[in-house]
Amino acid sequence: MSSNKNSKLLSNPFNLENPVTVQILGICSALAVTVKLKPAIVMGLSVIVVTAFSNLVISWMRNSIPPRIRIIVQLVIVASMVILVDQVLRAFVYDVSKQLSVYVGLIITNCIIMGRLEAFAMGNKPWPSLIDGIGNGIGYAMILIVVAFIRELFGSGTLLGYKIIPQAFFDAGYVNNGMMIMPTMALILVGVIIWIQRSYFKQLNEKE
Amino acid sequence: MRNFSNTYIYTFSVIMVVIVALLLSLAAMQLKPFQDKNIEIEKKQNILASVRINSTPKDAQDLYAKYITESFVVNNIGEKLEGEDAFTIDMKSELSKPAAERKLPVFVGTLENGSKTYVTPLRGKGLWGPIWGYVSFEPDMNTIYGALFDHQGETPGLGAEITMDWFEDPFRGKTIFKDSTEFVSVKVLKGGAPDGDPHAVDAISGGTITSKGLEAMLDSCLVQYKTYFLSNRQ
Repeated sequence: MSSNKNSKLLSNPFNLENPVTVQILGICSALAVTVKLKPAIVMGLSVIVVTAFSNLVISWMRNSIPPRIRIIVQLVIVASMVILVDQVLRAFVYDVSKQLSVYVGLIITNCIIMGRLEAFAMGNKPWPSLIDGIGNGIGYAMILIVVAFIRELFGSGTLLGYKIIPQAFFDAGYVNNGMMIMPTMALILVGVIIWIQRSYFKQLNEKE
Repeated sequence: MRNFSNTYIYTFSVIMVVIVALLLSLAAMQLKPFQDKNIEIEKKQNILASVRINSTPKDAQDLYAKYITESFVVNNIGEKLEGEDAFTIDMKSELSKPAAERKLPVFVGTLENGSKTYVTPLRGKGLWGPIWGYVSFEPDMNTIYGALFDHQGETPGLGAEITMDWFEDPFRGKTIFKDSTEFVSVKVLKGGAPDGDPHAVDAISGGTITSKGLEAMLDSCLVQYKTYFLSNRQ
């Protein structure tokens, strides 16, 4: 494996193969945890850890997994990873784990993970699989962070809990946009990101 | 694609399950003390918040030791029960017992100016899951000094607003007894409470079921303390 190919594996999911905006995977959690920046970052990191290590483990086991039960094996591995992540969050970043609540558990059903396991880890060596997992995890986290940045800034006037929009603005009649707090707005923002991305990178457009 | 025998598949599954089970139980056991600590700190923060003291996870232990000077357990006819630890009582399991057997915790907060507040825990049902909270009373055992509510999974922006200051603060100064003996609790009124009504606060638009659940929780939990309140007020 040339390192060039490996670096493509890492960087492709950032843009042209982005799991959220191009593969349209993992939308549900992208809507749910992006009201504030902090949970979005933690969710992104958790997903990076889970995709990376489940890809690694599955790829390492890929020749001994009986194909007939491979989905079950994948689920068991992913579920255990997620439980581990959940337990660690609960022990060390309790307030974030409270905010993420059910969404950590939902990483198990996050399509990105199963998608990458089936599409990549089952047919590739452990090292490229690990990189592919990290790349896709980062691609997902990037979108989450961009959406959460916009939603927290305009929805609550803060970033990471710190006040950004000065009090003078509020005194002058500025109000936080309540729409930004609703999940609908996350969907619209993801849509806008897809729009911008597609008009900039023409190769993403479907042929007529 | 290799062909795997049934024996292989069974053996593979059994070994995999055993390894995963071992790993997970090991992790759960190792992390349990940290998790319990977090839950304990959160409970202390909640009780402190109900007596209007802000705390962070870091200073909650110290502030709790400083301000919450006493705690005891009463039953529904106002008698103190000896030998019980109020802090470890789980309201969920108490509420599933018959009313006469319930152990009801009271936490006593002593404020900077020396005056006391009496904190009672609450637990009830919201729209999606449990809601709970703490309400503190002034020594007259009638006027609410502060309130804190929390929930497991109410809708963000709607029912989940019960944790916000704008919802909690209006409880301050409300009274739960009418004409000083008749228990009326505090109502959570849709469309807004009339100005100056001492027994009502505004409900949350779009969070009707959570508001109703919160009202029912206040009523059903506080009524248990009625006898204790009436016989101990100052």
